[in-house]
Amino acid sequence: MIRMILLAGLILVAGPAAAVQPDEVLSDPGLEQRARSLSAGVRCLVCQNQSIDDSNAELARDLRLVVRERLVAGDSDQQVLDFLVARYGAFVLLEPPKTPSTWLLWYGPLILLGLGGVAAVTLFLRRRPTAAPAPLTDAERARLDALLDDDGTDDNAGRSA
Amino acid sequence: MRRLLAVLPFLIAVALVVSLAWPIIQGRDPQELPSVLLDKPVPEFDLPGLALGGAGLATAELPNKPHLINIFASWCAPCRAEIPRLQALAADGVTVLGIAYKDRPEDTQRFLDSLGNPYGRIGVDRDGRIGIELGVYGVPETYVVDAQGIIRHRHVGEVTDRVAKRTLVPLLRELSP
Repeated sequence: MIRMILLAGLILVAGPAAAVQPDEVLSDPGLEQRARSLSAGVRCLVCQNQSIDDSNAELARDLRLVVRERLVAGDSDQQVLDFLVARYGAFVLLEPPKTPSTWLLWYGPLILLGLGGVAAVTLFLRRRPTAAPAPLTDAERARLDALLDDDGTDDNAGRSA
Repeated sequence: MRRLLAVLPFLIAVALVVSLAWPIIQGRDPQELPSVLLDKPVPEFDLPGLALGGAGLATAELPNKPHLINIFASWCAPCRAEIPRLQALAADGVTVLGIAYKDRPEDTQRFLDSLGNPYGRIGVDRDGRIGIELGVYGVPETYVVDAQGIIRHRHVGEVTDRVAKRTLVPLLRELSP
């Protein structure tokens, strides 16, 4: 049992293994930190749904090295991303940029939610008046009175409301 | 009007499904990416040749007629498979240039010795940096370049008979004066 708990503890403690190899790491921790966070947002073109920071693919390694090279050369974060986009297109960014061609992607769900909300509200408002019950006819009222006055006893007597 | 409004969501759903399914029906490979360099000049490079000190491949020396630039490697199976097709194109007078991607020159040489060499010239891109300049994300890739050195088309993956006949040859012919 104790062994199981220890094992579970170890599994919980273990972080995900990054693909970055020791020989790629920059000596400047500040630059390395920037390289890591940039890499996390760059798509590995081979595996396509992994970042180059996570991928073991050869091309991902090359791109990680390019990112570090550009940073060492003094590029800003944006310049590094621009360098990659110029070669591989915006698809290389895991988060699509907000350009006119991606507006639908970014704001489409909000628009749909808005349309759904408008539809729901109008339906709700329209249904309300028809929901009022029709008044009883004279015949119905007479029958109701007759039932209530039937024998003067209340069918619900003895019960708490 | 009310009835139209009632079927509207259904129509929207059908339109959505059709538009999303269309590329799949067309047989387009969703993994395949369009090149950013389309209609842009071939990036600057000057690669060494296979033999030490031998002729390599440089942007400045690209022929001033439409040609193909094929990125290949001896370790890549589809590259092996497409060599006969590239040879057939070369035999028809198409200039096929090669970039040996991340491959040791001796391995490339052995590969060409055993399969034949369709390439007019070969540049060696040992570390794949020129591959990155071109936006290469896997070998083989084949670029159609016009007489002015502008990239007109990129084909990712093996050059099959179909690709050669339906895409490359017509495009090369169209680009020729």
